[in-house]
Amino acid sequence: MSMGKKGEPIIEVEGLDTRFGDNVVHENLDLTVKRGEVIGIVGGSGTGKSVLLHTILGLKRPNAGRVRVFGLDFSTLSEEERRLNEQRWGVLFQDGALFSALTVAENIQVPYREHLDLSPELMDELAAVKIAMVGLRATAASLYPSELSGGMRKRAGLARALALDPEILFLDEPTAGLDPIGAAAFDELINDLKETLGLTVFLVTHDLDTLHATCDRVAVLAEKRVILVGTMDDMLRSSHPWIHEYFHGPRARAALAGK
Amino acid sequence: MAELSNSGAEEADETATFRTNIENRVLRLIAAGNWSIVYLNKVDGELRGLSAKPGDAARAVIDLSAVSRFDTAAAAIISRTAAELEEQGLDVAYEGVSEAQHLLLDKVEACGKPEPVHLPPPLYLQIIGKIGETTRALAAEGYGMLDFIGSVIVIAVRTLMRPRRFRMIPFVHHMEKSGFDALPLVCLLTFLIGAVVAQQGAVQLKTFGAEVFTVNLIAIIFLREVGLLLTAIIVAGRSGSAFTAEIGSMKMREEIDAMRTLGLDPLEMLVLPRVAALTVTLPLLTFIADIMGLLGGGFVVFFMLDMSPGVYISRVQEAVGFWTFGVGLIKAPFMAAVIALVGCRAGLAVTGSAESVGAMTTSSVVRSIFLVIILDALFAMFFTAVDI
Repeated sequence: MSMGKKGEPIIEVEGLDTRFGDNVVHENLDLTVKRGEVIGIVGGSGTGKSVLLHTILGLKRPNAGRVRVFGLDFSTLSEEERRLNEQRWGVLFQDGALFSALTVAENIQVPYREHLDLSPELMDELAAVKIAMVGLRATAASLYPSELSGGMRKRAGLARALALDPEILFLDEPTAGLDPIGAAAFDELINDLKETLGLTVFLVTHDLDTLHATCDRVAVLAEKRVILVGTMDDMLRSSHPWIHEYFHGPRARAALAGK
Repeated sequence: MAELSNSGAEEADETATFRTNIENRVLRLIAAGNWSIVYLNKVDGELRGLSAKPGDAARAVIDLSAVSRFDTAAAAIISRTAAELEEQGLDVAYEGVSEAQHLLLDKVEACGKPEPVHLPPPLYLQIIGKIGETTRALAAEGYGMLDFIGSVIVIAVRTLMRPRRFRMIPFVHHMEKSGFDALPLVCLLTFLIGAVVAQQGAVQLKTFGAEVFTVNLIAIIFLREVGLLLTAIIVAGRSGSAFTAEIGSMKMREEIDAMRTLGLDPLEMLVLPRVAALTVTLPLLTFIADIMGLLGGGFVVFFMLDMSPGVYISRVQEAVGFWTFGVGLIKAPFMAAVIALVGCRAGLAVTGSAESVGAMTTSSVVRSIFLVIILDALFAMFFTAVDI
């Protein structure tokens, strides 16, 4: 389970087809994510950003095509190998998806309890470190998800996703519903974690500020596939009408001006 | 020193290890191997032992050069150990720390010392606290319920004075949903209970040779108590819970707030039609339940005691007067109002989350069944006092 080299492909999606009934979401979609980068996935509503995320995570089975993460095709792995490799990624769902019957600390400790054999003191200490790391107050540890605000739930969800020091972090709209200060702090947190933990971050977002602040590369989903992958500069130069509209619209200009 | 560390890394690459030696009052802690969370439990325990008793040393050096992998958990353990050694009066220095390890250690140290875990108070205090909390909640709930009933009565009177404001369509809709749609269930259950009561009664009364009184047993028990109670409990479980869930999910989606901002009164729009609908339908359902219970009883009596339907009907008429039936029916609208009011109020008490809808629905059913039975007992006392 050694860390691979920076820059090698860590997620490879090839010829992916997904559909719900007659509704084709992806058709022959290709995407490669490199180790150590922050990649932002953008696209209009209903272009299947979240579906792509779910397909990579194996929560949805593709109709055709291949998905490889860490160079492994999860659908062909044995139960045991799959379980081991699933510990190598962390996921933050849109509203945190914390277990409502558990406190924040217990939520973070779920992977420890399930997969490892740690002493209770060590689990408490590690939970406290993760809580501090994502910028929550120590008193949040004993609160239940229903007692948290939306931003705190996201941070707690992030702490749980980071519990096992994953190699890839999947974030689904991490800044949606946060106030600008909270969102900016979240961007900073992502950059920080990427630096210190050497994370690869797969980021589904609508937030142009987040794209500017965190992403090494951006992948644009439209017309049922990835129409462009590149840096923010590539995006700004693109002449594709939707991309142009997205990155040159009034809100995009504001985000760029604030840069 | 570098030699030592390297050989250590080779022999123990698959797990986390450390060695210590003390030379010239310098404690050297040489970590080696894969310091990732999977392997850390053992070294964590040993390091706790070490930092509690560091031995005769004035300085400590933590050497990480032989560590092949180093994650957040490792950083947390190392930085805690360093802090604890410093508390013991040692000067702590690091050696062989790579760029990435340095970043991680800084990050973890910036998180500060983990606070001691908050211990719950002793059990007896928890129990006393719980009792006090529940008592206060109960008092507040009673007060809130009275307040709510008062507001609904005010709205009802206002609507009576201006009948055109009454919401006819929801009223009819709820009559259908909570009354008509409940018919099959109510009929089946009361028929079966009627049959069971008759069968058990007949078996017991036979030992005294008084099996003909089975008819009195069924008629009185059903018309006076069981028909209504069964129906009320079924309706509380079916419609009371539905009221809570409907209004609760509207509350959750801020529909109730939207109504208020549009100048609409949720009590008038949502609560009054439901209360009125149930108050009309529960007596009707009770009447049908009474008939079905008598039918179920008659069915058993016909087969077990060979009593013809004609004889059964005339015996029923002998056994009960109007008030036996009347007592059962008079209670129905009151119980209906209680069920509907409790259900609606629980719905309005829902707070933002989906769990709260579930919790309020459960509590609304439990509460309304409880109140129905209490109310029945109060009525029993009242009717005994007035001698009917």
